[in-house]
Amino acid sequence: MADLRTTIGALQLKNPVMTASGTFGYGLEFADFVDLSRLGGIIVKGTTLEPRQGNAYPRMAETAQGMLNCVGLQNKGVDYFCQSIYPQLRGLGTAVLVNVSGNSPENYAECARRIAALDDIPAIELNISCPNVKQGGMAFGVTPEGAASVVKAVRAAYPKTLIVKLSPNVTSIADIARAVEAEGADAVSLINTLMGMAIDAERRRPVLSIGTGGLSGPAVKPVALRMVWQVFDAVKIPIVGLGGIMNATDAIEFILAGATAIEIGTANFIDPAVTEKVVEGIEAYLERHHFGSIRELIGAAHCG
Amino acid sequence: MRKYILDLRLRSISHPRPGYAVLRLTDPQGALPPMQAGQFVEVRVDDSPTTFLRRPISINFVDRQANELWLLVHAIGAGTEALTTLHEGATLNVVLPLGNGFTMPAQSGQVEKAMKDATNVASAKAERWLLVGGGVGTAPLLYLGQQLVEAGVEPVFLLGGRSAADLLQLDLFERYGQVFLTTEDGSAGERGFVTQHSIWDASAAQPFARICTCGPKPMMVAVARMARERGIACEASLENMMACGLGACLCCVEDTVDGNLCVCKEGPVFNIEKLKW
Repeated sequence: MADLRTTIGALQLKNPVMTASGTFGYGLEFADFVDLSRLGGIIVKGTTLEPRQGNAYPRMAETAQGMLNCVGLQNKGVDYFCQSIYPQLRGLGTAVLVNVSGNSPENYAECARRIAALDDIPAIELNISCPNVKQGGMAFGVTPEGAASVVKAVRAAYPKTLIVKLSPNVTSIADIARAVEAEGADAVSLINTLMGMAIDAERRRPVLSIGTGGLSGPAVKPVALRMVWQVFDAVKIPIVGLGGIMNATDAIEFILAGATAIEIGTANFIDPAVTEKVVEGIEAYLERHHFGSIRELIGAAHCG
Repeated sequence: MRKYILDLRLRSISHPRPGYAVLRLTDPQGALPPMQAGQFVEVRVDDSPTTFLRRPISINFVDRQANELWLLVHAIGAGTEALTTLHEGATLNVVLPLGNGFTMPAQSGQVEKAMKDATNVASAKAERWLLVGGGVGTAPLLYLGQQLVEAGVEPVFLLGGRSAADLLQLDLFERYGQVFLTTEDGSAGERGFVTQHSIWDASAAQPFARICTCGPKPMMVAVARMARERGIACEASLENMMACGLGACLCCVEDTVDGNLCVCKEGPVFNIEKLKW
């Protein structure tokens, strides 16, 4: 049996397969389809200091090999998460991470501080890349200075493993990755969604309520893969790769490009059982190619 | 309710009119799981290159004896078109059952009892419920009608369409209760919208205990207003655009008195008191 264990900062994962924030609820929604304890980790949906209603409907548009969303971080706030959701997530047998968002460095830091108090949440994923909120979100993630300011504040407030989720809507994602590494991020995850839009030709109006949204699904995979490849050459901290992963082969490609772990997002909507299948598929790949450990594959496409 | 991902086999497909299909699906592996009237399924569309997401389709009928799930599909885009042109024997990957169905008599009795704090609740036996549907939105009302008859309630159907051709499965509805029709062009039943039908005046003497509605949103909003004016409890089944169908993506939200709620998970059936209509 090949060794699927992988490490991100102080976080040990039983395998590299995690779920992307906002696509897997709190995991419990998928418990009928997936043995959650088989997963490397679950990243629960974007959580903010204060409750947020998110954007108006319509929030979704189907596109060629993908979809746009403009949900806008709808959530009931960090205190609700700590009191009502967290107790249900203990003992799932997998690492549970929280995706944290905000609209100022202080506000991100306070949210992170409250989650740091939860014993069974070993890491957070800092969302400086949501394209669907007016204030904060992606605004911080598109300049090295903005990204650094948030990571600096959160690093001071959060002692556990800190993963920073990067936006692809930038000129050089490697520059942003270097900036967050310099401020003490333990890892980066990429990519968040690509900004896009859809227009209804019959109604002659944008489909989404706020006009634009974030594109996800197989359509973005080549872009995501390229960015993981570039960031692997730019930083020493581990990379969590995501963007259009639909199966184990896609996941292996991200690992070969330089990812230490991967996240599955939109694919959960097409096949609610996909995550467990990807774990099995990675296992089979390692057996088939006679690798003893998944760690042998990280960045392996860069050699030679 | 436990949810499943099943590979169902298309036992037969019929086309009640061009662009519409009734898919009769069975599970070759065993008995279909429990399903409530008003719940829906998410169907993977395999034969349409431009269709990426599953398609949410309401449960039209469950034939337990034949172990069949019926879906009434209206081709409104490439995904639903692919579903209406399937051939017998095809395999369909379906996630089911999803969402919450219509409140059934035993449950609704309790709710009303709690609401009115009265001991004198009318017995289910005498109750008549009005089921108002428009267009393809009539689909879940067939299974609901059958379930109500089983529960000892008398369903009365009020179905509307633009013209007679829009009114589907009428022979099946008639098995479970009286059927009243409206069409905008007057080609069947009374001319006009469902809310203009004379049954609303006639029912003043013997009011309906409850109203259930499914169809275009403007129709349901109008039906909800009629229900409110008459003080009749009412539930509506919504069909906002969905991605996951499981309450994970938060795309299909409806703005309710409790904030943005997922139609797929907290609905699709809502008591109108929750809706800002």
